[in-house]
Amino acid sequence: MHVVVFTRSTPDTTAKVEVSAAGAVTWGDAATVVNPWDEYALEEAIVQAKNAGGKTTVISIGAEMHNESLKHSLAMGLDEAVRVWDGALENSDSLAYATAAAAAVQKVGAVDLVIFGKESVDVGTDQHIYQTARKLGWTMLSYVSKILAVDYAAKTIKVERLLEEGKQIVTSQLPAVISVMKDINEPRYPSFIGIRKASKAVIPVWSLADLGVALPAAQTRVARFMNLPPREGKVEMIEGSPEEMAVKLVDRLLEEKVL
Amino acid sequence: MSAVFVWIETFNGKAISSSWEALGAAKELAAAWSVPVTALVFGEHASALASEAAAYGADKVIVCEDATLAGFRLEPYAALVSKLVQEHAPKAVLAIGTARARELLAAAAADTNAGLLTEVSSLEAQPDGALKAVRPVYSGKVLSEAVGTAGAVQFVALRGRAFKAQQPDAAAQAEVVSVPPVLAEADIATKIERFEEEVGTVNLTDAAIIVSGGRAMANNPADAPAGVADAAVWKAQDGFQNTLQPLADTLGAAIGASRAAVDAGYIPYAHQVGQTGKTVAPDLYIACGISGAIQHQAGMRTSKVIVAINKDAEAPIFKLARYGLVGDLYKIVPALTAELKKRLGK
Ligand SMILES: Cc1cc2nc3c(=O)[nH]c(=O)nc-3n(C[C@H](O)[C@H](O)[C@H](O)COP(=O)(O)OP(=O)(O)OC[C@H]3O[C@@H](n4cnc5c(N)ncnc54)[C@H](O)[C@@H]3O)c2cc1C
Ligand SMILES: Nc1ncnc2c1ncn2[C@@H]1O[C@H](COP(=O)(O)O)[C@@H](O)[C@H]1O
Repeated sequence: MHVVVFTRSTPDTTAKVEVSAAGAVTWGDAATVVNPWDEYALEEAIVQAKNAGGKTTVISIGAEMHNESLKHSLAMGLDEAVRVWDGALENSDSLAYATAAAAAVQKVGAVDLVIFGKESVDVGTDQHIYQTARKLGWTMLSYVSKILAVDYAAKTIKVERLLEEGKQIVTSQLPAVISVMKDINEPRYPSFIGIRKASKAVIPVWSLADLGVALPAAQTRVARFMNLPPREGKVEMIEGSPEEMAVKLVDRLLEEKVL
Repeated sequence: MSAVFVWIETFNGKAISSSWEALGAAKELAAAWSVPVTALVFGEHASALASEAAAYGADKVIVCEDATLAGFRLEPYAALVSKLVQEHAPKAVLAIGTARARELLAAAAADTNAGLLTEVSSLEAQPDGALKAVRPVYSGKVLSEAVGTAGAVQFVALRGRAFKAQQPDAAAQAEVVSVPPVLAEADIATKIERFEEEVGTVNLTDAAIIVSGGRAMANNPADAPAGVADAAVWKAQDGFQNTLQPLADTLGAAIGASRAAVDAGYIPYAHQVGQTGKTVAPDLYIACGISGAIQHQAGMRTSKVIVAINKDAEAPIFKLARYGLVGDLYKIVPALTAELKKRLGK
C-alpha cells in the first residue's frame, strides 16, 4: 500500500509579488514555502500510510525551487520525495502537468490513494487535481474534510466532503485521488531530526524519458503578466461622532449607488 | 455549425443564478464569432429549466434529465460533457467557476485534451477564434493574460460577478434537445450516502454586499454571562450575531470574516475571506475590526467600494479602502445600522 501526495512551493503568502520590467513575476528575497494547503495533504498521507502500514511518496513537478516543499515534506516525515522535471514542461499547461503527474504515480506503482492540497495559492485553481485523476482514470473526491473509512482489500473508501451548502458523505472505489480541506487534520511541525535528515537528502529527478510519456501539445499559453492597475483615488476619512460618521457614510454610499 | 457551450449549474432542481452570468458571457463570444449559444442543463427538472435558459439568451438547450444526474457527481457529469464536446466540437465551453464547475470543466478538458482557462475575469474573442483571457494569479497580486488555441475546444471557468447576465426575455424560445446519460448507475463508483445541508448557508461569492468581522469582534463591551467557557469567544459570537448581523440584514448582505476570527472559533470557516478562504468581489465590502493583512486583501481586493472601520488609523486596510472610519466598531456599526434603517426606509 502506497500513498502518493502532490505538493508545490509557493512564494511566502506575505511576499510582495510584482511583474518586473522584463515581464517576469518576482517576489524579491521573500522566502519560498510549501503551498499552505498542501500541509494538510502531507499530514494526511502520513496518517493514512501509518494506519495501513504502507509507505508515502511526495512528488513535486517543477524546477529546482520546488525542492523547498519536498524538503519540508521529508522533514515532516514523508518516506520518499521525487521531483519531476524536464525542459519540455517549461511553459506547458495543466494538461501537460497532469499527464506527467499521472505517469509519475504509475511509476511509483501499487498506489491506492493520491492526495492533493485544496489548491495552490499562487498559479492555480485546483485544475491539476482533477486533470491528474482523469489522466489516471481514477475516482476523484474533492474537498474531503474527513476520511471515514478505507478498506484496501475491498478497495472502498468513504469520506465526508465539505461543500458550499453543507456536508456530503460519499462512498467510492479505490484507487482514488482526493483533495483535502484544512478541517481534516492539524499538520505536524517538522522535527529537528527530520529537518537534519531532509537537509542531507538528495532528491531524485525524474525526466519524461524516465516516466516514459510524451506530453500533449500545450493548448493554452501565458502571453504576459501584468501588474494590477493602481486603485483609483485615495481613501476618504470620515470623521465625527459615530452618528455623524454614519450619516456621512450613508450619503457617500447612496451617491456611489452601491446600496 | 459550431457553437459556444455554457453549463448551467443546478442545485436542488434550480439553476444557480450566477449561471446566467456565464450565459451572458457566452452570448458575447457567440456574437463575435456569429455562432449560436447552446446551454447544457442536467439533472432534476432540467427540462423545466430549459425555458429559463432560453429567456436568458440560449439559442439551443441540451437537456439530460436522469436519476443518475440528480445531485452533482463528477463521473456522470464529466462523461456527458466530454461526449457532447466530442460530438459537437464547440468553439468554447463556459461556466461560472464554482467548485463544481471547476471540477467538471477541468475533467472534461482533460478527457478531450483541450485547453482550460480558469478564474477568468475578462474574456475576449479573437477574430481567429482563439480566446484571450485575463486572470488574477498569485492570489490576485498580479494578472496573467492567457491565450487559448484557435480551432480547438477552449474550456473557460469564469469568475463570479465579473460578467453580466442578459435581461431575461420571457418570450424568447430555444430549440430543446433531450439526450440520454452516458453512464448507467452501475458504472458510477461514487454513491452519495447523505447530505447534511447547513441552514443559513453563506453565499459569499454571489453577495452584492458583504459585512466582515475580524479578531476585534472579541472586543465586545457586552459582558459574557458567568460560567461560559471562553469569554472572548462568547463576546465575538455575540458581536457577529447582535452587532454585525443586524447591519447585514439591513443591507441584505452576507457575513464575512478574517482568518483570525475563524481560527479563534468566532465564526465557521465558510465565512472566511482571503487567500485561504473565499475570493469575493461585491459592490460593497465593509471590513469591521480587520487590519487588512495581505492574505485578507487577496480575497477582497477587487471589491468595488471598500469601507474600513478600525480603531487604528494606521491599519493597512485604510490603504485599500475608499472610505475610512477610525473608531470603535461597537459604536460605529450600531450607528450605521440605525442610519441605514432610517434612510432605506426599513
Ligand atoms: C498561509 C496564510 C494564509 C492566510 N490566509 C488568510 C485568509 O484567507 N484570510 C485572512 O483574513 N487572513 C489570512 N491569513 C492571516 C492574516 O495574515 C492575518 O493574520 C489575519 O487576516 C488577521 O485578521 P484580523 O485582521 O481579523 O486580525 P488583526 O490583524 O489582529 O486585526 C484586528 C484589527 O482590529 C482592530 N480593532 C481592535 N479592536 C477594535 C474595535 N473595538 N473597533 C475597531 N477596530 C478594532 C485593530 O486595530 C486591528 O487592526 C493567512 C495567513 C497565512 C500565514
Ligand atoms: N507543480 C506541482 N507539482 C506537484 N503538485 C502540484 C503542483 N502544482 C499543484 N500541485 C498540487 O495540486 C494542488 C492544486 O494545485 P492547483 O491546481 O495549482 O491549484 C496543490 O495543492 C498541490 O497538491
